[in-house]
Amino acid sequence: MTREIEKAAGIPVVQIATIVPIMLTVGSNRIVPGVAIPHPVGDPAKGPEADKKVRRELLLKALEAMTTPISEQTLFERK
Amino acid sequence: MRLELHEVHVSDIQWGERTEVVDHVLRVNREEAAAALAGEDRFASVRLDLARPGESVRIIPVKDVVEPRVKLKGGRGYFPGFFAPPETAGEGVTLVLKGAAVVTCGPIVAFQEGFIDMSGTGADYTPFSKTNNLVLTVEPVEGLGKHAYEEALRLAGLKLALYLAEACREAKPDEIRVFEKGSITEENEKYPDLPRILYICMAITQGLLHDTFLYAADMKTVLPTLLHPNEVLDGALVSGNCVSACDKNTTYHHVNNPVVEALYRRHGKDLNFLGVVPTVEDVRLAGKERASSMNAALAKNLGAHGVIVTEEGYGNPDTDLCLNAKKCENLGIRTVVISDEAAGTDGASQSLADATPEMSAFVSSGNVNEMIEVPPMQTVLGHPEAIANLSGGAAESLRPDGSMFVELQAVIGSTCELGFSRIGCEWI
Amino acid sequence: MSKMTIRVVHYINQFYAGLGGEEAANALPESRKGAVGPGVQLQTIFGGKAEIVGTVICGDGTYGERTEEARAECTRLIEGFRPDLLVAGPAFNAGRYGFACGDICSTVGKVLGILTVTALYPENPGVELFAKNTVIVQASDSARGMKAALEGLARVGLKLASGEPLGPARLEGTISRGIRKNFFFEKNGAERAVEMLLDKIAGRPFRTEYEMPVFKRIPPAPPIKDLGKATIALVCSGGIVPKGNPDHIRVSSAETYGRYNISELYDLTPETYESIHGGYDRVWANQDPDVVLPVDVMRELEREGVIGKLYDWIYTTTGTGTAVAHAERFGREIGAQLKEAGVDGVILTST
Repeated sequence: MTREIEKAAGIPVVQIATIVPIMLTVGSNRIVPGVAIPHPVGDPAKGPEADKKVRRELLLKALEAMTTPISEQTLFERK
Repeated sequence: MRLELHEVHVSDIQWGERTEVVDHVLRVNREEAAAALAGEDRFASVRLDLARPGESVRIIPVKDVVEPRVKLKGGRGYFPGFFAPPETAGEGVTLVLKGAAVVTCGPIVAFQEGFIDMSGTGADYTPFSKTNNLVLTVEPVEGLGKHAYEEALRLAGLKLALYLAEACREAKPDEIRVFEKGSITEENEKYPDLPRILYICMAITQGLLHDTFLYAADMKTVLPTLLHPNEVLDGALVSGNCVSACDKNTTYHHVNNPVVEALYRRHGKDLNFLGVVPTVEDVRLAGKERASSMNAALAKNLGAHGVIVTEEGYGNPDTDLCLNAKKCENLGIRTVVISDEAAGTDGASQSLADATPEMSAFVSSGNVNEMIEVPPMQTVLGHPEAIANLSGGAAESLRPDGSMFVELQAVIGSTCELGFSRIGCEWI
Repeated sequence: MSKMTIRVVHYINQFYAGLGGEEAANALPESRKGAVGPGVQLQTIFGGKAEIVGTVICGDGTYGERTEEARAECTRLIEGFRPDLLVAGPAFNAGRYGFACGDICSTVGKVLGILTVTALYPENPGVELFAKNTVIVQASDSARGMKAALEGLARVGLKLASGEPLGPARLEGTISRGIRKNFFFEKNGAERAVEMLLDKIAGRPFRTEYEMPVFKRIPPAPPIKDLGKATIALVCSGGIVPKGNPDHIRVSSAETYGRYNISELYDLTPETYESIHGGYDRVWANQDPDVVLPVDVMRELEREGVIGKLYDWIYTTTGTGTAVAHAERFGREIGAQLKEAGVDGVILTST
């Protein structure tokens, strides 16, 4: 889906998901590894503050990916 | 380690005065069987029904299937950690009511549980149309959380299966099957020239309602470990899993694991069966990496020449399958995987969510999306409206006349990735 | 159908009809009673089980250059014989003949609703064009393989006409249409796995039951230059939908996606949104859908001016057991709509 949106729209699509190998396999170009399958952009078990902090970091990382020129599939990992 | 399975062949099931096997007929005292579950206060009601091969009966939604078993020697009860002491299974004598099964039924997650048809097209795809089933349907007490409901129903299924076997412990076995194998060192000395094979058995371990239990331990917190094959055949693994009807490994599947049986049959002839490594399908990539690395390291350290890896479920576990195959192959260990395919209702889609060139030996257990048409059944046990919410079903699946047009994935055990049935995909 | 002999029409080109080679390629469609050319041998192979009631002939040039006319006329001629089955070729590796065979089979199958079969070399361009619409028996690259091709056509044709389902392509000698279909094997999967493993270890040849697919790649889109002015859209395959799932998106094997307006929403709550995804534990997502579809923090970033605007619409579906073909279609449609709307970038979250 990621690949086809990018192809059809000609705009960068950043995928945030947990299982990086699948994203590589399906041809996503800008990849941000998420936290866990049931909560890719959050960590609710750690409480609301930590949860939101992780979400913010991941989204900022995704926005960074969106503004970065790349020539091949690239992983943008949250520190 | 020596395990004798004393199998009493059951070819019919009926209500009776007392619970016993007479001339291959399992008679069940309905009140007594229900009373065996009396200690469970999380059920508002308990209902028992019978479903026999060839009958016009549909059971829906099915949570688990359990084979009635009890230890006769070398232990007591069954399912160590649940209804037996949490000690090593696989030694001594176990009574098995072969051809009988307990089927548990209840709309725990409203979807993902599937159905069993006792006759018609649907019956061709599930092994549980050939078993004589005692069907347990329960209504939970009001306000019971799904997780508590799952646990209560899981335990009730095990308990009921144990009750049946316990009541029939004096029955004369029709067949005695012996599974005997020494320690790895002993077998290596006996068969120095045979290829050493390890079996890596992946299990769904993805959170509540998606879990598997090893000696009653929730496997998602368990690191890969080595089991003697007898342990698997004698109740060490229990399903707590509500997902993916077609390819979930029910508790029945675990104790009858066909890969374990196939490797055992050839042990000492064509191969040297090292053992079984039950392993996780983690929800985090790090967990997948860790488990697959440990699996490959275990195989290497045991001197395995080859491994068989079986999957449970589809989608993200495809990555676990790939990682297991890749890491073993990279250590020079030849690998074969068994997996089903999600090739779309038309069969034209790519079958896997993830793939790797090391997965060069692939056994297919069928396309979960292929549509089948099943006729109406005279009797529906459980909750027929559940089909609308089944994986692979849709609201329009259930027609006014009771027939259904559904994806194969709604049928329990239809594409079991232990390679339990003969189904598989081919190119046309 | 078993009582009566199966009525077959055979389609061939000008060369096999004996009209000549390239110089006769502009021959117009015509029909003759009974078998002609290779049809005579085909009739012998059929024995009494099927009868070639007529032969339809068309020049390859005619069919290739004036396709619509030729197609219509050949279809009319074939229909005149009231056949049960159309056999075309074999066309081996002949490009124009292969095209004609594939095209007439596809057309007749669709228009007349009768069964069709042709025989082509796997690299014949007709294979890629028509494999989905007709059954193609695998033929060699030249007429040296005539006998085998005719035998294949007869065998598969009889099977089709008698209503017997075709088996796997590798066993039928047909060219795969790229479709996976369930069959019951002789042995269970576990036995097959053990045998395959012993072969693999011993270095013996073995046949994998599914060859690893080659996945598609596309060149990365150029980056966004000015994020502060950019409109960013959220797309989600984690099954987050408005409470009650108004569009009945399936919990797995989704064949649709939803498009929902979030212009008034600043945070997803259990009261407004829920997860219907059938592939993961939904406890967390149902407590706070933002852990899958992060509207709350995107709104913050919008307010802070990090991004220009969060796009007013979200797109969402469930990505479990969803056929790749459907997912690709979702992507194409969503991509086209986002482009139309002037969206500059997308964050897609998956579970």
